[in-house]
Amino acid sequence: MSVPVLSIRNLHITFESPLGDLHAVRGVDFDVSTGELLGVVGESGSGKSVTFLAAMGLLPSRAKISGSVVLDGEELIGACPRRLRSVRGRLLSMIFQDPLSALNPVHRVGDQISEMLQSHQKISNRAAGMKSVELLDLVGIPQPDDRAMQYPHEFSGGMRQRVVIAMAIANNPKVLIADEPTTALDVTVQAQILEVIQRVQEKFGTAVVLITHDLGVIARVASRVSVMYAGRNVEKGEVDAIFDHSSHPYTRGLLNSLPREGTERLEPIKGFPPNMLRPPSGCSFSARCQFALPECSVELPQLRQFGDLETACIRAEDIFVAGAQTR
Amino acid sequence: MLRYVVRRIAWAIPTLLLVTFLVYVALRLGTNPVNSYLRSNPRASAEKIAQYKELNGLGSNYVTGYWGWLKHFVTLDWPRSIKGSREVLPALKDALANSLRLGAAATVVGVVIGLGIGVFAALRPGGRRDVTVNTAAFIGISIPPYISAILLQLLFAVYWSRWFGHTLFPTSGVYPPGHSGFNAVLMAKHMALPMIVVAIQIIAVYSRYMRSSLLDVMNSDYMRTARSKGISESQILIRHGMRNALIPVVTIAALDVGSIVGGLIITENIFDYPGMGLYFLRAFNDGDFPLMMPWMVLIVASILLFNLIADVTYAWLDPRIRLE
Amino acid sequence: MSDVELPTISPRRMALKRFVSHKAAVASCVVLGLFILVVVLSPITARYGVNQSVRKPPNSFLPPQKIAWLGTDDIGRDIYSRLIYGIRVSLIIGLASAIISVAVGCVVGAVAGFRGGLFDDVVMRITDLFLAFPFLVALLVVRNMLGALSWLSPIIGNSGSIRFIIFLLAIFGWMGVARIVRGQVLSLKEREFIEASRAVGASRRYIILRHLLPNSIGPIMVALTFSVVGAIIGEATLSFFGYGPQAGAGTTSLGLLVGAAKGAVQTGFWWMAVFPCAALVIISLCINFIGDALRDATDPRLEMGQ
Repeated sequence: MSVPVLSIRNLHITFESPLGDLHAVRGVDFDVSTGELLGVVGESGSGKSVTFLAAMGLLPSRAKISGSVVLDGEELIGACPRRLRSVRGRLLSMIFQDPLSALNPVHRVGDQISEMLQSHQKISNRAAGMKSVELLDLVGIPQPDDRAMQYPHEFSGGMRQRVVIAMAIANNPKVLIADEPTTALDVTVQAQILEVIQRVQEKFGTAVVLITHDLGVIARVASRVSVMYAGRNVEKGEVDAIFDHSSHPYTRGLLNSLPREGTERLEPIKGFPPNMLRPPSGCSFSARCQFALPECSVELPQLRQFGDLETACIRAEDIFVAGAQTR
Repeated sequence: MLRYVVRRIAWAIPTLLLVTFLVYVALRLGTNPVNSYLRSNPRASAEKIAQYKELNGLGSNYVTGYWGWLKHFVTLDWPRSIKGSREVLPALKDALANSLRLGAAATVVGVVIGLGIGVFAALRPGGRRDVTVNTAAFIGISIPPYISAILLQLLFAVYWSRWFGHTLFPTSGVYPPGHSGFNAVLMAKHMALPMIVVAIQIIAVYSRYMRSSLLDVMNSDYMRTARSKGISESQILIRHGMRNALIPVVTIAALDVGSIVGGLIITENIFDYPGMGLYFLRAFNDGDFPLMMPWMVLIVASILLFNLIADVTYAWLDPRIRLE
Repeated sequence: MSDVELPTISPRRMALKRFVSHKAAVASCVVLGLFILVVVLSPITARYGVNQSVRKPPNSFLPPQKIAWLGTDDIGRDIYSRLIYGIRVSLIIGLASAIISVAVGCVVGAVAGFRGGLFDDVVMRITDLFLAFPFLVALLVVRNMLGALSWLSPIIGNSGSIRFIIFLLAIFGWMGVARIVRGQVLSLKEREFIEASRAVGASRRYIILRHLLPNSIGPIMVALTFSVVGAIIGEATLSFFGYGPQAGAGTTSLGLLVGAAKGAVQTGFWWMAVFPCAALVIISLCINFIGDALRDATDPRLEMGQ
């Protein structure tokens, strides 16, 4: 495998709050290589967005971050703000969930893309304007030269998200982080946006991290998957392997709660996510896990290799077998 | 955009007429113009009384009366003041000039400082300077203008001269008594204290609005996007923050004109500054209908004008509004 | 399987907690409480009657000293005692008119916001107009107008009475409250629980009384505090120009006391100006702090969650 272009190691993020310390991320690792699309799955509160916001340096100062984030050989944690600003938007880009609020309502769309270009390259206003139109065309916006002069509220949701993507890839970044890019959109539009992302990836070889809670999206576009729960990695692997023989109770729970042909009753995962102000000792999923043993609440399970997957469950073998019975 | 403005102006005219009618009714009812006239001119002949009634549109009922008044007003055939038959227009013009000078100076100073302080505080929310600014602004709002006026007057009129032996800021009038001609320095000195009083109110209000508006904007999603582009903080503030933050501030600004005028009235009264405020109070106390009506028309017109300016500025700043 | 324990806290408790964390507001409550206590116990705390001379002449314009803690006024009355009685009058005026304002304003605002349509338009236009006019001008004009309508005086008293002032200020106060309540109702109207109520067939009046108003307690309380302050300052302003309550027998209000100070300034009798002014400023500052803290405490946007 090629050297990963983005490498996160042992990242810990804690927020100071009046109610105590919030342990949002508790030691996660990620690798993304050029041209690959890594899916990061987890529910709200699992820490998936926070992890990558930290990589971008976009967390507020009351967040305590430790660990390592290496982008193209350069360490980002602890780098000076000026360096981080130079990296943001140029080597590392991020797009967010709600395209309407992501765009400044009082600036024209073309200008917003030009701003992205001109912050990192020395190009004239005219050249930036032309490049913006090109980018709009690339992401599939019809009549791009006219549309570039319009304001965000004159675009539909899907179009806006395309604009956001165009803006993010303007400087041909090495890594694009997409935080729930399709969650706020209709299902049909979702497919279009995913297709745009894939197209961009093919054209530029950008590494993409797609954060989502929607397994359907993962199945569609991801090559590798990493599942997060309560601030930790619980399972990693190629997408086919995960969908076929996942060996972690949480991932299984997620897969089982997808309605499928022949499903008679939906099977949600019982219980609630843990309170991150006082994370439970041991495996944080144990309270909701049907396979839980007393040992599970004692020590935090580490990720270990299990066949072609990495799993953080001491009973992976049993899960695998149980899964095989329903396959 | 032009159509928008034209439409608004077209609406303003009937509004102006309606409001002045209401004002006419209120004043006629409340200040009893005829009695006031008789009080000031106890030996007026029946003929003069009839003339007064006619010029001021104080005829039989309110509607025809108003119509009568309106006719004279529009043709600039204005009746004279009940006291000493002074001409109204020159007095009004003088008062307006004085007040405009005072108001404009105070507004410019107040808004610039207020917005600046608001931005200053919003940059580090919750920090020490934010808290100090907030509290100071708060105290500024809580002190009614006439209290600050009285206290300032006390300070400068009595104590400053007692302590320092000379008068730094005089506390009354536009010029020292008996002065004639134009003198910018003297004018500025006389204007200083009332201007400070009005400016304090403005600073207090605007700094808080700007601060909260800017804070709202700084926390919004497109700011996060702007930061993720990697542009510098100052760029973010100016290009993205300010433009969006100013929008709500502008809407408040125009509607606030009324309260600035209110503060002006009190301040002028205390400092004996011959502006619109003093003009109104004297006219009101005397029940001087001919003096009051043009004043009212002017005020209503300026309120409508400022509303229009605010709306236009708002539409200019926020492209979302323009599609109407 | 063990149940995850979630700390629960009712919105009211949360608002109270947030309010208490505003130190200035808590201090204001204490200070205001002290003022109210002194005023309520006025037969004990005041040293002289409101119209009583401190001693046989010469007794005018005495600076603060033992027989008159805060000095005496132009006809030799103790300023300290008059201040207490004056604050009492001002507080009564402020509270009474604020209560009326809020009562009327809630009803009008809720109906206007909920029903919309012509009623709403008319109300909005009227309030816009009044609120845009310079406050003092409108106040004076309306005062004279009301005074001239002789058929009103049995209800609201003649133009010098305290009752009149209360009504006058309430007329201006309700508009601000109505706008706040209307805004709140407008934002609540679209929420699902209102839709659900309607779907179940609840009458409009029921929805307003049982759902909308209770959920607007926060803004209503804020509006109440600012109405009180507005009324107190309004009364003070009126008195300053000589249009305030003239209830006779030396009865005074904060505004009248400050107004009397106008002349004192030039002659250097500072105690006549400083103490009433300070009292007015402190009271309005305290109420403003409390209102501001209430606003922060009940603002749903500042929810402490994740």
